[in-house]
Amino acid sequence: MESNILKEISLLEIRRLLSAVCDPEIPVLTIADLGILRDVKIVDETIEVTITPTYTGCPAMDMITMNIRLALIEHGYKNIEIKSILSPAWTTDWMTVEGKEKLKAYGIAPPNPTQVVCEPKLFAAAEAIQCPLCNSWHTKLISQFGSTACKALHQCEDCREPFDYFKCH
Amino acid sequence: MNIPTIIDSKERLADATSSPITYSENKEALLLHLADTTLILSQRNSAWCGHGPILEQDIAITNISLDLLGQARNFYQYAAKIINEATELKVAAVNFDTSAETLKEASEDSLAYLRTERAFKNLLLVEQPNGDWGQTILRQYLFSQFQYLLYLQLQQNGDQQLAAVAEKAIKEVIYHVRWSSEWVIRLGDGTQESHARMLNALDELWPYTGEFFMPAEYESTASIGFELNSLKLPWLEKVTEIFEAATLPSPKSMEATFMQTGGKTGNHSEQLGFILAEMQYLQRTYPNSVW
Repeated sequence: MESNILKEISLLEIRRLLSAVCDPEIPVLTIADLGILRDVKIVDETIEVTITPTYTGCPAMDMITMNIRLALIEHGYKNIEIKSILSPAWTTDWMTVEGKEKLKAYGIAPPNPTQVVCEPKLFAAAEAIQCPLCNSWHTKLISQFGSTACKALHQCEDCREPFDYFKCH
Repeated sequence: MNIPTIIDSKERLADATSSPITYSENKEALLLHLADTTLILSQRNSAWCGHGPILEQDIAITNISLDLLGQARNFYQYAAKIINEATELKVAAVNFDTSAETLKEASEDSLAYLRTERAFKNLLLVEQPNGDWGQTILRQYLFSQFQYLLYLQLQQNGDQQLAAVAEKAIKEVIYHVRWSSEWVIRLGDGTQESHARMLNALDELWPYTGEFFMPAEYESTASIGFELNSLKLPWLEKVTEIFEAATLPSPKSMEATFMQTGGKTGNHSEQLGFILAEMQYLQRTYPNSVW
């Protein structure tokens, strides 16, 4: 009984530690904000952390894995196993509300909920994106592909500022 | 702290430790075929890095390259796992270059860097040269449109790991299809010059599209869970629609084209050797080097 309680306490502590691990490419977001931290378990003496990549080729995954390990080692945890799962595939719907607010404050337009996209016609605007700087909805897509796999490039027609959109996925 | 919803029972574990592994030569070949195809196209596209016609499109094609590389890694990792779990004998049967003594255990790197040309099972289309921007765009479109239909089916595959890779990748493939369709239309229905270049690209590439639908032994209905040839009609329908908008000849008018085959079983065009020579040079010259 007592050991169960201890286990619960250390799980909470581990989750707290992991929730502070940030995405190296968008350092304002933690892995919990992003929704890529999928599970934390203690099996026997081993801490099992399960994460999922945002995009298949996301180069940040190796670094995130390393940072998770370091965060735990730093606090004295030793037996750590980090698993990567692919299914169910990650979606921007798993991003937390706080995460979306942090993104906007950082100058990146946060992802819309996925249901707004219903197979747009070619060349048609897929969705309305709000400028994270002046809040205008009068914006245009410059490129579906941006500085990282998860972002698209847009420009505000009012304040003229180009900005990244964390594309809905 | 808000930790997103945890794994439901349907969740397929991608690290294959928990899913039962069933080794078969066909599965190994199928995984290598899928891996090689995405790796070689990724390698081709990455050559545009720093050379794209404008910055945004340079970034787009290299993003696609990165997505494809990620898919290739997933397939190679899985292939390496089943190879290693099979007997020693099987390891020897993958046609490793025997001069590479360092090779004891298969890994994603050994499969990508230490197999020879005849062991590669990629589609012939993806090894064709980049040519001009039009040719690169058309190659991407013809492939992505096919890949979308293929992964749609593979998502249902009985092998949960394979299905998970496809399920993950298809979301990215949808971007590739959209982007390349728009560019085919822009260039086909663009200027006289761009139209002429697209016609030229079509002449170059069309003969490599027949191979998509001709199953190799490892793509039998029993292996992949559906009839490969059944993708042909939906593919042709989509391509016809896009070509029409792009004012390019309809696929129907090219029905008599002689189709090249062989890539799936290791009989490649002369192009592949050059790609491998460049891509594998470092690992073969300085074995086990890392960066």
